[in-house]
Amino acid sequence: MAGSTLEIKDLHVTIEDQEILKGVNLTITGGEFHAVMGPNGTGKSTLAAAIMGHPKYVITKGSILLDGEDVLEMEVDERAKAGLFLAMQYPSEITGVTTSDFLRSSVNAHREEGNEISLMKFIKEMDAAMDYLEMDKNMAQRYLNTGFSGGEKKRNEILQLMMIKPAIGILDEIDSGLDIDALKVVSKGINKLRDESFGCLIITHYQRLLEYITPDKVHVMMQGRVVKSGGPELAQRLEAEGYEWIKEELGIEDEIAGQKA
Amino acid sequence: MAIDTKLPYEKDYVSNYSARLNEPEWMKSLRLQGLELVDTLPMPKPDKTNISKWNFKDYKHDAEGKAIQSLEELPNEIKVLLDLDNKNQNLFIQRNQSVAYQSLSSELKAKGVIFTDIFSAMNEHSDLVQRYFMKDAVSVDENRLTALHTALMNGGVFVYVPKNVVIEDPLQAIFWQEDLEVASFNHVIVVAEENSSLTYVENYISHNKTENAVANIVTEVIAHDNANVSFGAVDNFASGTTVYVNRRGVAYRDATIDWALGQMNDGNTVSENITHLIGDNSVSHAKTVTVGRGEQTQNFTAKIVHFGRNSEGYILQHGVMKDSASSVFNGIGKIEHGATKSNAEQESRVLMLSKNARGDANPILLIDEDDVTAGHAASVGRVDPLQIFYLMSRGISRFEAERLIIHGFLAPVVNEIPIKAVRDQLTQVIEGKVH
Ligand SMILES: Nc1ncnc2c1ncn2[C@@H]1O[C@H](COP(=O)(O)OP(=O)(O)OP(=O)(O)O)[C@@H](O)[C@H]1O
Ligand SMILES: [Mg+2]
Repeated sequence: MAGSTLEIKDLHVTIEDQEILKGVNLTITGGEFHAVMGPNGTGKSTLAAAIMGHPKYVITKGSILLDGEDVLEMEVDERAKAGLFLAMQYPSEITGVTTSDFLRSSVNAHREEGNEISLMKFIKEMDAAMDYLEMDKNMAQRYLNTGFSGGEKKRNEILQLMMIKPAIGILDEIDSGLDIDALKVVSKGINKLRDESFGCLIITHYQRLLEYITPDKVHVMMQGRVVKSGGPELAQRLEAEGYEWIKEELGIEDEIAGQKA
Repeated sequence: MAIDTKLPYEKDYVSNYSARLNEPEWMKSLRLQGLELVDTLPMPKPDKTNISKWNFKDYKHDAEGKAIQSLEELPNEIKVLLDLDNKNQNLFIQRNQSVAYQSLSSELKAKGVIFTDIFSAMNEHSDLVQRYFMKDAVSVDENRLTALHTALMNGGVFVYVPKNVVIEDPLQAIFWQEDLEVASFNHVIVVAEENSSLTYVENYISHNKTENAVANIVTEVIAHDNANVSFGAVDNFASGTTVYVNRRGVAYRDATIDWALGQMNDGNTVSENITHLIGDNSVSHAKTVTVGRGEQTQNFTAKIVHFGRNSEGYILQHGVMKDSASSVFNGIGKIEHGATKSNAEQESRVLMLSKNARGDANPILLIDEDDVTAGHAASVGRVDPLQIFYLMSRGISRFEAERLIIHGFLAPVVNEIPIKAVRDQLTQVIEGKVH
């Protein structure tokens, strides 16, 4: 199956009347892994959340298309069913709903009515994915993210990614809070999905993750825009030298997104 | 107000009623004593809820119900409450004021367990019933409604578990108000003697949407030394019934009384659930869930009073409010002087689904002893839009996401209901009320 294409064109996003994204352009196609880097507060999570349809963010200009379909016209669940997935920087805790029940609802939401996954098959798939991610099976019966450690929440996001198998995955700081072993395991899970039918946008601060998951392209965000793009070598240079040189190169004084221009 | 609640039933009626049921003399005089007190005692005053305009007057006192030969005869809404597969033999069904069905396993009978309607119990075990009826848990003269309850008591069960008897299968009682106007003055007594243990689950059901009726219920649970009582209930009175329900427990040394109450009435309701931890090391968990909808007003009090040393009380109340429903949740942990090393914890959470709904959580700790621990948490909030976003981002519809969050919110109590069929039915009722 050929992959999907997500096109973000001149995206402007406001939160509580403050413009955060000021014209983001980015295209991701199935088979490609893109890394988005950039200093704190430059709009990376805003971009991810706006693509998924976070209720607080208002799109004031620009477009997001998935295989030519207008994503901005879709409800959040429709975006998911169209093939988008967001692993969140801070996943919600939902008491009273077990991780397993939630996962099954999610998987079934991606299937036609009347074609729900059988319980047996679901449990088999979930167990296999949990084994792959070296997760404790008891987690499945615990309430969703409730009392999970930071690292457990991140693994749980990747578990969902593996079970849902979206066309485009957006991973917001999936590496933050992970110890070295967990980082390897999570990377392994993401790499498992790597093929022509899966495109991925990986938001990270660290080259470390990109050593395990080699990106095809690396983008740097500042002031609510993508200010520089390149290959994996760009991430290596950022790791070694930081962001100062880009700011100098582009004449940027304050990189934060929300500042009044 | 005295006019509003003036008794439609007089002394002659009460005497005749008692005579017709062949009641022992003590019960007849207790009824008449209650009747006299009705005019002098004040109505109960639930905190922050004005009940002066509620219907406590318009109802019919007496209605017979047909016995059934087989459980298959029951309408579906009753049948769903039964664990038909497991053939639980410990079942009691009251239809209006008549016993429609009654069974208790021969094994339990042989051990001396009593599980029968309150009138038969008064006939066959008069002294035993007298020892507990309106004695240690609820008093006749607490207020006008407890007095009225005593005067007009018209149904209920008596459960008695002898010393050292441990009952595995739950005892289930179903109180089915089939008649649309009949009142429930039900009286339930559960006595667990030393070292005994039981699970009891009751269901109240009525269907009167337009007809008026009243439920004035008293339940008394006595757990003697080292006894263990797990008490589950799902109340499902229809919108025409005004409900005043008192569920009280008394726990002696090393005893435990756990409550799991699904309070799903559709009419105005005052519910009091009070447990006295008399003995050292006694424990109570008082868990309740409710869903308020339409115009209904409800007031829930969960109170645990610590007298014994090292006693533990945990209150958990979860409520979902929609439409213009309004509810007050009073959580009261009281530690008496001398109840050293006791622990009183409580949590009240209210989830609001509409702008016009009202929910009030009042946590109260009254502590008269230094060497204790206590804590409370209370919150009134709406469904978190970020939780909805998270669930929807996995393809789950908004409707389904809300459903998951609401059921999840109520799950900590629903999961405690002892009989699976009743638990499933409670989930169904919640489903029906929320959407
Ligand atoms: N509710 C809000 N009101 C005003 N500004 C906000 C609000 N939420 C976020 N912002 C601002 O938007 C800017 C971009 O935030 P965003 O979370 O997208 O940054 P980020 O690039 O993901 O940063 P980090 O690397 O720290 O995760 C920040 O300056 C932040 O303070
Ligand atoms: Mg971020």
